[in-house]
Amino acid sequence: MTDRFAPAAKILEEHQYDSAKLIPILQKVQDEYKYLPEDIMRFIANELDISPAKVFGVATFFAHFAITPKGKHIIKVCNGTACHVKGSSFVINTVKDKLKLKDGQDTTDDMMFTLECVSCLGACGLAPVMVMDDVVHGQITPAKAVEIIDSVIASEAKNAD
Amino acid sequence: MEKEQFVTIEGKRVPIEGEKNLLELVRKANFNIMTFCYHPELAAYGACRLCLVEVEGMGIVASCTVKPKDGMKVRVNSDEIRHLRRINLELLLSSGNHDCTLCSKSNNCKLQKLAKDMDVTEIRFKSKKLDSHKDATSPALVRDHSKCILCGNCVRICNEVQGIGAIDFAFRGFRSKIATAFNKELGQSHECVSCGQCARVCPTGALMPNSSEIEDVFKAINDPKKKVAVHIAPAVRVGLGEMFGLPQGQNVDGKIATALRMLGFDYVYDTAFAADLTIVEEATEFLERFKKGVNLPQFTSCCPAWVNYVEKFAPEFIPNLSTARSPMQMMGPILKADYEDKGGKREDLVVVAVMPCSAKKSEAKRGEFYVNDNPDTDYVVTTVGLARMIKEAGIDFVNLENEWFDMPFGTKTGAGVIFGASGGVMEAALRYALAELDPANARSVKFSSLRESKVFKEKTVEIGDIKIRTAVVSGLKNARKLLDDIKAGKDHYDFIEVMSCQGGCVAGAGQPQFDGWAPRQKRAEGLYQEDTELAYKSQDNSGVLALYGRILDKVGGPLAHKLLHTHYYDRKDRTGQQK
Repeated sequence: MTDRFAPAAKILEEHQYDSAKLIPILQKVQDEYKYLPEDIMRFIANELDISPAKVFGVATFFAHFAITPKGKHIIKVCNGTACHVKGSSFVINTVKDKLKLKDGQDTTDDMMFTLECVSCLGACGLAPVMVMDDVVHGQITPAKAVEIIDSVIASEAKNAD
Repeated sequence: MEKEQFVTIEGKRVPIEGEKNLLELVRKANFNIMTFCYHPELAAYGACRLCLVEVEGMGIVASCTVKPKDGMKVRVNSDEIRHLRRINLELLLSSGNHDCTLCSKSNNCKLQKLAKDMDVTEIRFKSKKLDSHKDATSPALVRDHSKCILCGNCVRICNEVQGIGAIDFAFRGFRSKIATAFNKELGQSHECVSCGQCARVCPTGALMPNSSEIEDVFKAINDPKKKVAVHIAPAVRVGLGEMFGLPQGQNVDGKIATALRMLGFDYVYDTAFAADLTIVEEATEFLERFKKGVNLPQFTSCCPAWVNYVEKFAPEFIPNLSTARSPMQMMGPILKADYEDKGGKREDLVVVAVMPCSAKKSEAKRGEFYVNDNPDTDYVVTTVGLARMIKEAGIDFVNLENEWFDMPFGTKTGAGVIFGASGGVMEAALRYALAELDPANARSVKFSSLRESKVFKEKTVEIGDIKIRTAVVSGLKNARKLLDDIKAGKDHYDFIEVMSCQGGCVAGAGQPQFDGWAPRQKRAEGLYQEDTELAYKSQDNSGVLALYGRILDKVGGPLAHKLLHTHYYDRKDRTGQQK
């Protein structure tokens, strides 16, 4: 069995076990593990000699950090002022329906998609904006959003064959 | 000589005499502005915004975070400040559950008092009302997030004073809450040691000692098949009176004995009896270790939160903990053994302990303190919990006559009584040890250094060429520092007393709520006063001596070990560490 803590240990070492660098450490850890698993946060707290509650507090304060596993594909829909005015709520609701997400659920049961509603993506000129796996789609409509999701589903199905 | 420095508060000159912040000066000027997040024992935080004042040239500031400077002109009650303070209070009241009539904290709640003082009768801000959600998974403490105003006192005392950090702020905005690591219920928190100091500094009913056992105690009293014995810890007698308006630190043991009988308890005993027993076993254990030079320093083990701390955070010191049980956990098995000795059945005797402490509740639930599913201590009630029982029964406590504890488990010496104050256990142990080693001179040794109002104290006793170095520490962060120094070889001691609460059990979470040092000192003085009226050392407790003849055989012997000693577990979190 490979040591599941080894990547976290390496990241800590790269940051000199400096508790002042907790946020960059958590960012790297999230890149590595796709989210912040409980045992890894506990490990980090023990190694940095800070309380696990403090690490948990930081991890839950910033929207960037996820404490539950995320799906394979990340969909971000902007609900900032400009996007909201341009109808992003319709897009969000359509995506939720499309992915069959219940209230309070961000990730599909098959762990394929995670929907994140974010406050501003800095692309207000393109409002409303949706980002699928780091590709920005401007002036999105509910229909276009469904199209994009369908194309990802199709390519996943192809890969599975 | 330096010029005296002044701040002018509402037109009155107030000298600066080392106050850390403007709020302290304002209070010195008899403007007793009530606050939530400012606590004299903790770092200033500036969150509750109720200490707002207007400083000329600075505008409106939170006085708890401003350093007093010579010549400052301060307004406390301008229209604008009054207006802002009221808005801030209304905002605090606008969310959450503030149903005072259904809250155990009612009458002792700072939020309730302030709302009443400011005559808030209406809240203009409508917000989603939180439903009461109680987390009663910990035997020691109950949390109710719907009553939390996020002042952060609990977070700071757990971090700053106890050095643990079992709880912290988590989430953000409206979802902000005080959470354990990974938002577990408190009973599942790995870090919490149950000391309850968080509850001591909580201004509302959001964090309180778990009082669920009171119902069970009333039921047991009214069960004709059961006999119910109760014993009260030393610190309870100097704490309870405050709940009935009596002076702080007044010893009300006689009234307590009367009240306990009126409540229907069959046997009314004194935990100080078992404290003498603890000293006999623990000091004997120490003298053996000292002679052999093994497992030194010996640490006291009567504080259950300290035991939790060692098990969870410093298991390398487990061999140094005294194996002698705490007085509470000696009293239980002794009472049950005595009941069986007289032909009764163990499970027909219910033992109730009245303790100044929340951690004692979790101590009683430890698996090693059960015999065939029957606990050595059935229920633990706090000092405040006992006050509630007395009030519920309608007993006029203040006007009660004094009665005495039942024999033989009501006999005690002064050594047993001073257990309730930091330094008391060490003094009691040294009284015992000196009498064993050097009976001729034992009484001439004075222990004034161990009675000071300090969180770290030392005492070295010399008998011929033997030197016993002892230390007393209270507050877990202070204890941690001492452990680190010992590990680093900077300090050497033979015997160390540790109490989790600064000042010892008189300052426990089960006691009436208080701030600052003066109350601890008054309560401790109450105990040292009783000490002067009693026999000096634990060897003089005739009841304890008789017990060894009747049930226990010899001091430190096999039977004493079975009933009076315990063992500890390494519970350190080692997530991710290579085995």
